Amino acid sequence: MELLMAILIGLMFAAATYLILSKSLLRIIIGTAILSHGVNLFVLTMGGVKRGDVPILGLKATSAYNDPLPQALILTAIVISFGVTAFFLVLAYRAYQELDSESISKTRGHEADDE
Amino acid sequence: MMNNLVLFPILVPFLGAILLMLLPKKIILQRTAALIAGLALIAVSLFLVFHVKQNGITTVNIGNWDAPFGITIVGDMLSSLLVFTTSIVLVCVIIYSFYTIGKPREKFLYYPAVLLMIVGVNGSFLTGDIFNLFVFFEVMLMASYVLLVIGGTKIQLKATIKYLLINVIGSGFFVVAIGVLYSMIGTLNMADISQKINALHGTNTGMLSVAAVLFLFVFGLKAGLFPLYFWLPGSYFAPPIPVLALFGGLLTKVGVYAIIRTFSLFFTKETTFMMPLLGILALITIIFGIIGAISYYDLKTIVIYNILIAIGVILFSVSILSRESVTGAVYYLIHDMIIKAALFLIIGVVMAITGSSSVKKFSGLMTVKPTLGWAFFIAIMGISGIPPLSGFFGKLLIVEGAFSAHEMIGGILVLLSSLFVLMSLIKVFTRGFWGEKSGHLTLTIPYRKMMLPVIILLTLSVLYGVFSNAVYPFIADAVEPIIDPNVYIDAVMKE
Repeated sequence: MELLMAILIGLMFAAATYLILSKSLLRIIIGTAILSHGVNLFVLTMGGVKRGDVPILGLKATSAYNDPLPQALILTAIVISFGVTAFFLVLAYRAYQELDSESISKTRGHEADDE
Repeated sequence: MMNNLVLFPILVPFLGAILLMLLPKKIILQRTAALIAGLALIAVSLFLVFHVKQNGITTVNIGNWDAPFGITIVGDMLSSLLVFTTSIVLVCVIIYSFYTIGKPREKFLYYPAVLLMIVGVNGSFLTGDIFNLFVFFEVMLMASYVLLVIGGTKIQLKATIKYLLINVIGSGFFVVAIGVLYSMIGTLNMADISQKINALHGTNTGMLSVAAVLFLFVFGLKAGLFPLYFWLPGSYFAPPIPVLALFGGLLTKVGVYAIIRTFSLFFTKETTFMMPLLGILALITIIFGIIGAISYYDLKTIVIYNILIAIGVILFSVSILSRESVTGAVYYLIHDMIIKAALFLIIGVVMAITGSSSVKKFSGLMTVKPTLGWAFFIAIMGISGIPPLSGFFGKLLIVEGAFSAHEMIGGILVLLSSLFVLMSLIKVFTRGFWGEKSGHLTLTIPYRKMMLPVIILLTLSVLYGVFSNAVYPFIADAVEPIIDPNVYIDAVMKE
């Protein structure tokens, strides 16, 4: 199971890297979203994909519960990346309005203007 | 009860930020409340420094859960000193903002964003939990995105897109690094991780090296270490001066602190190649910083590249990990936070007078504002390490530490870097401040009020240099847990 997850996560990271290296700002944002999905899945996998019960005390587990800690970590990471992505999308919208383009190459030219 | 003191450097700005969000349009109220929060922060962190000096490392387990199971906030001397320095920089920047940042920005939650960034910075300094460190990093970064883009000019939008993208990727890899470490060690408390890594001794520790490199990648990205500094010159060029002073003084230093903390605790014994790698990268950072600093005529860019040089010097001396070199690194870290903030604020005054940050566009500022000229001169002498001033003692210890560890190339490079720092800034001084008066000089700015925080920071910096002997006991306490992680572990895992 972990091996399958690892392959899937690897594919997600590859897709994210490819998208982040592209020219369009929207593709880059989609890339970061896929990256954060891959990261969250990675943490879940590294916590161990065992066949335990859901970590709710009310359910009398027959053998064992799953590790609750990675789930809490992922929940935190999801909310944070949600906030950042929302900010990024609005930033891209503003940049589209101001720079009249959603190509990342339009963000060139900020350095000190001396030669 | 006294232990909760450690939480106050986080709670004071947090409370201030929340209250300030309620009344964004009342500028006078915003200013006074932000200033009060800043002063309260100074008082609290000064108290914390002396408390830690008397009682040793102070920890608080949040919610009374014992050490490895809950989140522990750890105030050791290094964190306390950095928190204290942060609060001084904060107050000076807040005072400076009153006269320079402009009403539209002030009405748009500028002060709450500044305070929230300080929450993140102080939290990163004080936390004893690796995932909590990630969360405080995000608090800090989120606020820094807002501060970078607030005002919404074109250059800021461009810079924020890049800065945001870089940090999103960095944060992703931070979580990956934590995942790798958690799968090996099974805990998140830093002291506990350190203990369990020591217990791994002799077994298969290859994955630990992977985790170490991942952490170096993540923190190197935040700190601006050699192959990962490419975002820094562009992004730092964009924001208004008070924000730039906060970023230059604090943000990269949090990355440096995180490297010092995690590498001294986690990756010293089991991964032998980690410290030499850090040292080499730091030396290359110094070289690239030098190249950048001497190749520009733009004040802001020169000082931004000087940040890289300082990062390189500090991390190089950390990588030697002897008592002497780490003492030098801590001395230099605190000095650098203060002097970089002071330099950026001075540049702000220069830009307000001349309307440009390129020294090709003006000269003869000395005849107009001699105080500014001498303040800049003292700052240059301080940053390049001329003996009575603050940069000297740290660099002396760093060079001594390097030579006694037989790191000849590194030691010589650190010495040479001082020369180039001096050269890059004295170029500005001779071109911009000496000579005939030329360029468009506007003298209608609130000059004295803008100089007040500059003078405060410079005075502190000079005093820090002159009385480096009096500061020494504090620094020695700060170095102890870095050299001997057991001090830190025992303090956190005491029960």
